[in-house]
Amino acid sequence: MQPATACAFSGLTIPWLRRCSSLRVKCSTSQRAHCASTSTADTAEPTEPIGPIEPIEPDPEPFKLKPLPYPFNALEPHMSKETVEYHWERHHRGHVDSLNAIIQGTEFAEMKLENMVLTSYNEGNPLPFFVHASQVWNHDFFWETMKPGGGGNPSGVLRDLIERDFGSLDELAKEIQNAALTQFGSGWVWLAYKRHRLGVGNDINPRPSEKDKRLVVVKTPNSVSPIVWDYYPLLAIDVWEHAYYVDYEV
Amino acid sequence: MALRSVVSRKTLAPALRHYRSLTTFTLPDLPYDYGALEPAISGEIMRLHHQKHHQTYVTNYNKALEQLDAAVSKGDVRGVVQLQSALKFNGGGHVNHSIFWQNLKPVSEGGGEPPHGALGWAIDKDFGSLEALVKKINSEGAALQGSGWVWLALDNEQKILKVETTPNQDPLVTKGTSLVPLLGIDVWEHAYYLQYKNVRPDYLTNIWKVINWKYASEVYEKESA
Repeated sequence: MQPATACAFSGLTIPWLRRCSSLRVKCSTSQRAHCASTSTADTAEPTEPIGPIEPIEPDPEPFKLKPLPYPFNALEPHMSKETVEYHWERHHRGHVDSLNAIIQGTEFAEMKLENMVLTSYNEGNPLPFFVHASQVWNHDFFWETMKPGGGGNPSGVLRDLIERDFGSLDELAKEIQNAALTQFGSGWVWLAYKRHRLGVGNDINPRPSEKDKRLVVVKTPNSVSPIVWDYYPLLAIDVWEHAYYVDYEV
Repeated sequence: MALRSVVSRKTLAPALRHYRSLTTFTLPDLPYDYGALEPAISGEIMRLHHQKHHQTYVTNYNKALEQLDAAVSKGDVRGVVQLQSALKFNGGGHVNHSIFWQNLKPVSEGGGEPPHGALGWAIDKDFGSLEALVKKINSEGAALQGSGWVWLALDNEQKILKVETTPNQDPLVTKGTSLVPLLGIDVWEHAYYLQYKNVRPDYLTNIWKVINWKYASEVYEKESA
């Protein structure tokens, strides 16, 4: 937790002030009004919109570990009960606990998880708790990507898009497998919908073409997910070793 | 003049290629049995780690080398550059694991015995004590996100010991050309998961019982001579 800091436009030391990053200083509207009335310094409004922060009792558990949508053994024989249990109980829960420990009492605790992931990614210079926020999001998505008795083939619009963008379901499967096998180190493989041709999330392509709006297979390192690039994930596959080592070893 | 243009590099190159053989690599043998490091590291982990993981790095490195050779001969710049990540990953994996097997030793053969001599003094000078060094390595190893290695390194230019981490299979030299690896600890999940599950700190605590300080001392004395 950061110590009390000086207000950016009055210079006064204010105990409740928190820095959310080295770039921005946040005050509530009442606090700013206090500063404006007591200081003779320039009270120009900061150019960035600043949301209100109500001082409330910090919730020690802003995020709860989402329960699995199925029992631990429901994915057998493809994924053992042991793996699912360790993965959810130790890894997923570990990230939830670490995230809570870092964000409790800060303004991040009131953010929705997805916003927290995007904010903490900080455009490629991640804040310390990005790994936990992102892994919580990724694992929530991962458990939903699977279901007991799942498998089979997609239908409808998704199937049409797959055939348009990959040629066939087999081609898609091959591309996903290849991505999974060539992800060096830990990471994830995604089937995602990509709106823009430019691979940078904060650029809107000023000249849209038929290369936009496609399904893509993406691989991301460690805890990164393609939502930070403004893609829309459809499927997630965890290729960290802990996801498969007990069942498949190498 | 005419002769020179006939026997130019371009005409010699195909002939030279026949005589240039590609050095390929093989998996080095472990200097101890798979089960010899128990209970710190299980025999099952050692076997898989050596026979499957390290072997895969060697195999894929050789493959990448062949592809590199072909691309270089063809003058395929794009192909050469594209192979760099595979070379770094698999070559790094081979380099790192070859060092790692030397860094470990069964207790019965001196594993876990603290360093003496020049390396012992250097550790005391640069870290205060062996305990402080172990604590630092363990905390950096535990904090490493994803996969990677934690190293005790000798900086040959500044003549001091350092603790460094590298991601994935990046060899220590990627952190500095003057860095010499003395000890490396693999913190990829495959190095400990079957035995310790997600509790990497326990693995790091126990591995010191089988660390081969003698090898580290030899490297240190040779490099700082």
